[in-house]
Amino acid sequence: MTGDNQILLDHGSGGRLSRELTVNLFFKHFGNNILSAATDSAVVPTPGEHLAFTTDSFVVDPLFFPGGDIGKLAVCGTVNDLAVSGATPLYLSAGFIIEEGFLLDDLKKIVRSMADTARSCGVKIVTGDTKVVNRGHCDKLFINTSGVGLLKSSHKNIGSGKGIKPGDKIIINGGIASHGMAVMIARNELNVGGNVISDCAPLSGLTGQILKATSGIKFMRDATRGGLATVLSELCENRKFGIEVAEEAIKIDDNVRGICEFFGFDPLYVANEGKVVMVVAPEKAGSVINIMKSHKYGHDVSVIGEVVEKHPGKTILKTKIGGSRMIDMLAGSQLPRIC
Amino acid sequence: MRFIDEYYDTSLIEPLLRSIKKISKKEVRFMEVCGGHTMAIRKFGLPSLLPENIRLLSGPGCPVCVTDRWFIDKAIALARMPGNIITTFGDLVRVPGSSSTLEKEKANGADIRIVYSPLDALALAKEFPEKNIIFLGIGFETTSPAVAVTVANAKKEHLTNFSLLSSHKIMPPAMKAIIHEGIKIDGYICPGHVSTITGPEMYREIVGKYGLGCVISGFEPTDLLQTILMLVDQVESGKPKLEIQYKRAVKPDGNLKAKKIMAEVFETCDDWWRGFGIIPESGLSLNKKYKPFDAGEFFNFNEVPKPEEDKACICGEILKGLKTPAECLLFRIKCNPGNPVGACMVSSEGACHAYYKYQG
Repeated sequence: MTGDNQILLDHGSGGRLSRELTVNLFFKHFGNNILSAATDSAVVPTPGEHLAFTTDSFVVDPLFFPGGDIGKLAVCGTVNDLAVSGATPLYLSAGFIIEEGFLLDDLKKIVRSMADTARSCGVKIVTGDTKVVNRGHCDKLFINTSGVGLLKSSHKNIGSGKGIKPGDKIIINGGIASHGMAVMIARNELNVGGNVISDCAPLSGLTGQILKATSGIKFMRDATRGGLATVLSELCENRKFGIEVAEEAIKIDDNVRGICEFFGFDPLYVANEGKVVMVVAPEKAGSVINIMKSHKYGHDVSVIGEVVEKHPGKTILKTKIGGSRMIDMLAGSQLPRIC
Repeated sequence: MRFIDEYYDTSLIEPLLRSIKKISKKEVRFMEVCGGHTMAIRKFGLPSLLPENIRLLSGPGCPVCVTDRWFIDKAIALARMPGNIITTFGDLVRVPGSSSTLEKEKANGADIRIVYSPLDALALAKEFPEKNIIFLGIGFETTSPAVAVTVANAKKEHLTNFSLLSSHKIMPPAMKAIIHEGIKIDGYICPGHVSTITGPEMYREIVGKYGLGCVISGFEPTDLLQTILMLVDQVESGKPKLEIQYKRAVKPDGNLKAKKIMAEVFETCDDWWRGFGIIPESGLSLNKKYKPFDAGEFFNFNEVPKPEEDKACICGEILKGLKTPAECLLFRIKCNPGNPVGACMVSSEGACHAYYKYQG
């Protein structure tokens, strides 16, 4: 940590300070071999299959934004953490911390949205808890969801990417940065024209279909806080390989790109809530792309780069104009509270 | 995407690069004095495309980076006083003062709000008439007109609970200071947005008196490459001049309305720049008519000691183009964006931040 005795907003940004807090505090004290693997879900051996287990808290401001709300996000976030670990999500818990005076109608809307999302991806919300705190002691509504899912033992390394080799292809299921920008526009009530909608979506259908149909999936991670750039730099940090990606191949919706340009945000670092980055053996890339193309959450798929032997530990971006630059983890926060 | 893709068009980029390589013979060093250019150059990976005899240096173009540590200490002192709300642009909250940052003060309970426009501070002044709203004004000619409008509006609306802590600066005196310090450069990539306000004439003296080429540049890859080509051409032909590459935004007279409001509200003053010390007539302070809105009139800063700058941090030399961030002993190890020692690492426009983020 920084040597100081205070939690700063940056500790929740998903970038370097968040990581330091996780490693130097939580891992240090809660540490065990399952937690320290630092994957999106804990993968726990059980007799027969493996169990994936994850938890996430949601504090997004505002609660409703184009393309979603805190309820949909709370289900998708946890479902996606299970899905990208290679698991089939089964059960969720839901914990609500509600500020005194919060409108029941809004809570109803949010709960309905959670139920619809859970139903659409075949998971059940099986346990929960509610606490109400004094006005001013939380901001309207916070939700925590935990989830469990089952995965085949052959998929148990997908979260950590143990089998990645130079030559593997890096694939993403569509355009980036829409969630972070949609939330920012909604939060600041910016009248910027254009139509920016969050990509918030459950990915378990897509990942399940791919894992069923093909082998060769070496790694999956959803590119949430910290964006695509943070996933890529974490992926190769302290590893014996490097990553090369082409700016040209990374898709960004024109509206999203325009807003990013306008406000000076680098879309590579802006959050997504329905994007999975996959590392796939080269001979299997074709079939993964075909499956994605026919799926509603994957039709805009692209191969954005590959794993390389050179510059181990570093991600290099080939810029559109032919230059090259390094991509590092998000330092500080680009946007406050996007999930 | 229209108005963006054109500037990345490889059928324009490649001929520009070919021309630069063809005519560039001499070893040259061009300095950009705008944080936006620093970021753009690194973000597009331009140094990896240019021939080795052309070096690009980052000068004192990032407003956060050149700001005095005393300014941060004064802002922190204000933040600690009950009844004050500090309003600021986001970058400033993480800049280290002598013993704290505004971000830490915020976590400690101080009321510090990040605003996107200085006018948001006036809205707060009206919403909370019992509080003092202080806006931390930093930046060059691009941001100072909006701050001038804010102060003028505060006077018009007879607000008595709004004040400005100003560290606004103007660019040409620093550009001259670079030359006076004997730093060897062969031309300036002049700031685009500053020049949309001021117009090009303020650089005339640098060309005439010091024989140094000045090209006002846009921020896209084609803009910057065309600017570099224009500067190379000037050096190779031995004819330094003042040229505008960024013609779609910079007009000969600049923005008359913005210049008028700045002249109405501000006067120049001697100001302190990190790496340079005091540069005469390089800062902007409120003039007599608007002095009542100067935070210095409201609050007594005598008890805020003038701090020493960190000895190991070479931000000053980096801002002068004498050293690159990679030559700093603190770079990456002790000083990184998560834990910045110097201001050049804090601001997203700072040279150290840009090197850290894009160059590895």
